[in-house]
Amino acid sequence: MAARTTLNTRRATRRLAADAGLLCVAAGFVLPLAWVVLSSLDPRAGLKVKVPDGVTLDNFDAVLKPDITFTPLLNSLLLCGSATLLTVVCAALAAYPLSRFRSRLNRPFLLTILFATSLPITAIMVPVYALFVQVNLIDTMQGTIFFFTASQLPFAIWLMKNFMDGVPKELEEAAWTDGASSLQSLLRIVLPLMGPGIAVVTVFSFVAMWGNFFVPFMLLLSPDQMPASVSINDFFGNRGTVVYGQLAAFSIIYSTPVILLYVLVARRLGGGFALGGAVKG
Amino acid sequence: MVKEGGARSPRLRTLTRALPVAPALVLLVLFLAGPIAYCAYIAFTDLQLTGQAESSFTGFDNFRTAFKDDAFLNAVWLTLVFTVLSSIVGQNTLGLALASLMQRASKPVRTLTGGIVVTAWVLPEVVAGFLLYAFFRREGTLNAILDQLHLPSQNWLFTLPILAVSFANVWRGTAFSMLVYSAALNEIPKEITEAAEVDGAGGWRRMWHITLPMIRRSIGTNLMLNTLQTLSVFGLIWVMTRGGPGNRSQTLPLFMYEQAFQKSMIGYGTAVALLLLVVGSLFSLVYLRLLRTEV
Repeated sequence: MAARTTLNTRRATRRLAADAGLLCVAAGFVLPLAWVVLSSLDPRAGLKVKVPDGVTLDNFDAVLKPDITFTPLLNSLLLCGSATLLTVVCAALAAYPLSRFRSRLNRPFLLTILFATSLPITAIMVPVYALFVQVNLIDTMQGTIFFFTASQLPFAIWLMKNFMDGVPKELEEAAWTDGASSLQSLLRIVLPLMGPGIAVVTVFSFVAMWGNFFVPFMLLLSPDQMPASVSINDFFGNRGTVVYGQLAAFSIIYSTPVILLYVLVARRLGGGFALGGAVKG
Repeated sequence: MVKEGGARSPRLRTLTRALPVAPALVLLVLFLAGPIAYCAYIAFTDLQLTGQAESSFTGFDNFRTAFKDDAFLNAVWLTLVFTVLSSIVGQNTLGLALASLMQRASKPVRTLTGGIVVTAWVLPEVVAGFLLYAFFRREGTLNAILDQLHLPSQNWLFTLPILAVSFANVWRGTAFSMLVYSAALNEIPKEITEAAEVDGAGGWRRMWHITLPMIRRSIGTNLMLNTLQTLSVFGLIWVMTRGGPGNRSQTLPLFMYEQAFQKSMIGYGTAVALLLLVVGSLFSLVYLRLLRTEV
């Protein structure tokens, strides 16, 4: 009994120590986040975290204009929305035979996909630019959408295949006996059964593209096509002195969709949902 | 059933079955494999952005130039510092520490800390860059805190730019390691650690002799993925320092960009890109070997 009690007190002490340690790290991590929230409400925001001189929504009012916020966000939505749709459709189609049929080519294909998943895409942006200039795809939405899709596809196929493996094959076999084609059984049986998997692939692709800076920065040139990830730079360059309050307000507006999406999916599927397929080990 | 076999040859059947892969394959070949092949080609030419219509094949000249170029060697060194500091030491160790503290902490603290760290991870790259820029600037939060504590403050982005961007990358990327290690630690059977505890093994000894060996595969894959992500960081550094002052935070991606666009030497910039790609591929191959039983 005595041994058990000391073990319990030791555990309680350890929990306190762990709590204290975590809170210290959390305090360090929260400072930059606190800056963006407080500054967006502060009429005289500067660079350091401080309690606002008086809460105002003027910063939000100032940036909620077509050329500053709405056009870039719409561009982001068009760009990332189309690319995500294309990614999910192509990945679902590609994952199906990989998951359902045996073939000698499956393993090499999957290994290549997995290899491509971890290639540094940043490295090929210069040749992609040069290539896009040659084939007249530079400064076009569709070119950027295709490249976004291609860069996201390896990971999407890999994830999708793993989720698809979790759907039992028996239901489909019944459908095949009834004369359904592969495509029909994919659409009517497999995909509806892997709703959470599709949600994960969709959200992951969208979040990755929404936050990506380098790809649109390289491939799009006209200001009216810029997504929010690039247009946010204008707060520094073209408008003279930086209005930090407005920059903070814009940052919040621009970040909210991805945070909401993440929370929605994470809540349903638990923490590291996006890592499921990639880092089993 | 008749549909499946019957008159059709196995080869035709294989082809029809593989058909759904076609759209993905076309996109991957045209927009990913294509540029990589093109990269491998123009790295050996003197392609420039302006003026010159034709480019000519120059063999290994770009690579020879690179290894004699102090700015390139500087970028290699800074990339190494950035990767070791932020991914191997920072994200990896802090992620493991957070995950193992979370095993013991109370639920509200665990949720709160997890939420904050993950938010930093989900934020768009450029936003993260701005937040850390504000944090490290001369008139920013870090110096305000140091002043309060009567410690010497300085202009971090000027005096220690590579350290500042490394910290920024730790801030942004630690969530990934934390999630990986939390998952790995949850899979360790409780009986094992409890048995060791009853036998009187202290926290550090349990960590060293039981926990670390049991999650060594997660450590391997996590290190690989962290390193690969860190190798391709561009936006974060671009927003915070543009690679400066001078070239004191210019890692390889920023050096590549500068050579290709500010100095219009696409060929040279691509040669650097190819080297980065090769290093990335090597890491990627090691990662595949670590995962090889999974496929």
